[in-house]
Amino acid sequence: MYAIPSIETEKTQSIIHQVNPHIQIKDLNVYVEDQHILKNINLEIPNNCITSIIGPSGCGKTTLLKTLNRLLDDSTEVKVTGSVLVNGEDIYGPDAEVTHIRKKMGLLSQKPFPLPMSIFDNIAYGPKIHGNRDKKSLQAIVERQLKNVGLWEEVKDRLDSSASKLSIGQQQRLCLARGLAVEPEIILGDESTSALDPISTQVIENLLIQLKQDYTIVLVTHILRQARRVSDYILFLYNGEVVEFGRSEDILLNPQNEITQQYVKGFIS
Amino acid sequence: MKKKAKNLLPVNYRLIKDLVIKNLSGVLLGICLLVIIAIVIGLSIKSEPLISTESLWNILSSSVWSPMKGNFGFLPFIMGTVWVTLISLVIAVPLCLAASVYLVEYAGNRLRNFVLPLVNVLAAIPPVLYGVWGVLFVVPLIGNYIAPLFGISTTGYSVFSGGIVLAVMIFPIMVSIMVEVLQTIPKELRSVSLSLGATKLETIQQVVLKKARPGIMAAIVLAVSRAFGETIAVLMVCGNIPKIPQSIFDAGYPLPALIANNFGEMMSIPLYDSALMFAALLLFIIILGFNLISRGILKRMEAKNI
Repeated sequence: MYAIPSIETEKTQSIIHQVNPHIQIKDLNVYVEDQHILKNINLEIPNNCITSIIGPSGCGKTTLLKTLNRLLDDSTEVKVTGSVLVNGEDIYGPDAEVTHIRKKMGLLSQKPFPLPMSIFDNIAYGPKIHGNRDKKSLQAIVERQLKNVGLWEEVKDRLDSSASKLSIGQQQRLCLARGLAVEPEIILGDESTSALDPISTQVIENLLIQLKQDYTIVLVTHILRQARRVSDYILFLYNGEVVEFGRSEDILLNPQNEITQQYVKGFIS
Repeated sequence: MKKKAKNLLPVNYRLIKDLVIKNLSGVLLGICLLVIIAIVIGLSIKSEPLISTESLWNILSSSVWSPMKGNFGFLPFIMGTVWVTLISLVIAVPLCLAASVYLVEYAGNRLRNFVLPLVNVLAAIPPVLYGVWGVLFVVPLIGNYIAPLFGISTTGYSVFSGGIVLAVMIFPIMVSIMVEVLQTIPKELRSVSLSLGATKLETIQQVVLKKARPGIMAAIVLAVSRAFGETIAVLMVCGNIPKIPQSIFDAGYPLPALIANNFGEMMSIPLYDSALMFAALLLFIIILGFNLISRGILKRMEAKNI
């Protein structure tokens, strides 16, 4: 499989990046049915890095992730104030077009949800929706993305069979490939490995580490060790507020805030 | 050994209870099945005199129905049933599908919680009320307004009226099953499609409805079974003329109506009761066969799709 990059090289790389914000969140507040879920979030998520959102369950991690691709729009009784700038453009602005915004962000959900169609069509679905009707180009996209996630050799002889026949780890890689097929800039992962076995988890984690060269990645995770393994930056969220944000080694080894310390040490979870 | 037996005494009583219940429920199930088997046997024996006088093919394919002369052709009734059922499906399926998609995908919680119980109330209305509504409203509507639009003169008692009344009757069962089917589709699957940049319509068309197809088929199958057997409401608006309908404005005579209308006055005419029993047997076989076949198709669809 893939070599796991040692933490040291990861760290040095991330220092080179410096903070080059791909996503800027300004004064973001989210209310769901009169509950104040996210409170005054101000954040700059850097380019080509993996940023992990950690925090106890119910602290708003997933909500924050979903505000980034406006998936909350479809739930009723949700109010969002403030702004989220992607490449300087406000995705909650009046000119923002929601399909265009979502295309920019690949979502990798908690459990793999293959679409009810063949392996090929799962990946071709996105490009087709955005107007690609050329069979050859679709075939090329499918092959490239399956190779990208290391699934090509395993499925190249059965592209027409149903995606649900794959193992759950393969399904999750297929979902990643499907997200990449619409050429996003950002990958959002919502506890993307929580349904997977350790080996599949490792495969996905290594893929994400590879992919950060080309994409900005934001992960929600409740596994501290995972955050340690993959992230360059960590955001600690507690009760809907940003408690601490910084380099992952700073947060994990030398947290400034008392709550962060308790969480990192495992006293609260 | 002895000691063990002593210990088991109070337990034994509970075990016996267990055994009794197990066997009793088995027997009760057997009785239920026996009733069905008895119906089939009874109908077969009763319709035997008719089948022995004429070939099965002749009975099924002949369109002449004159019991006085001993002609029992069932084609008009079969066709009457088929017409009414098809018309009701053509009306009900698109309507119900649209209604359920709206309720699940677009409507707010408040509207959904208001409409769904209402739909279930509709299902509880006795069929004869639908029949009365058909006679008072649908039949005149078709006779006086719709048929003249096509240059046809009719009383309004027609397979079209039957189809409309039946469509309204199967509406509740179809909507409630379809809504349930659509609600079982995980929200995340919709999110997946939306987060790829698909619009809501594209998501519904290409993901939700595709995933729901086996369930939607099941809803249609159940509704068809209901439509086949529906008697009184259809009987009241169909016209009941034993001729094969040539257009939707012609009167028809579905199988259940035949049985209900003529049972009781049949004794004087030879073979008449046998013919009615044969009609009942036919209805039974059609519904059974339809259910078995559609179940097979459903299974294959599920294996292929999900």
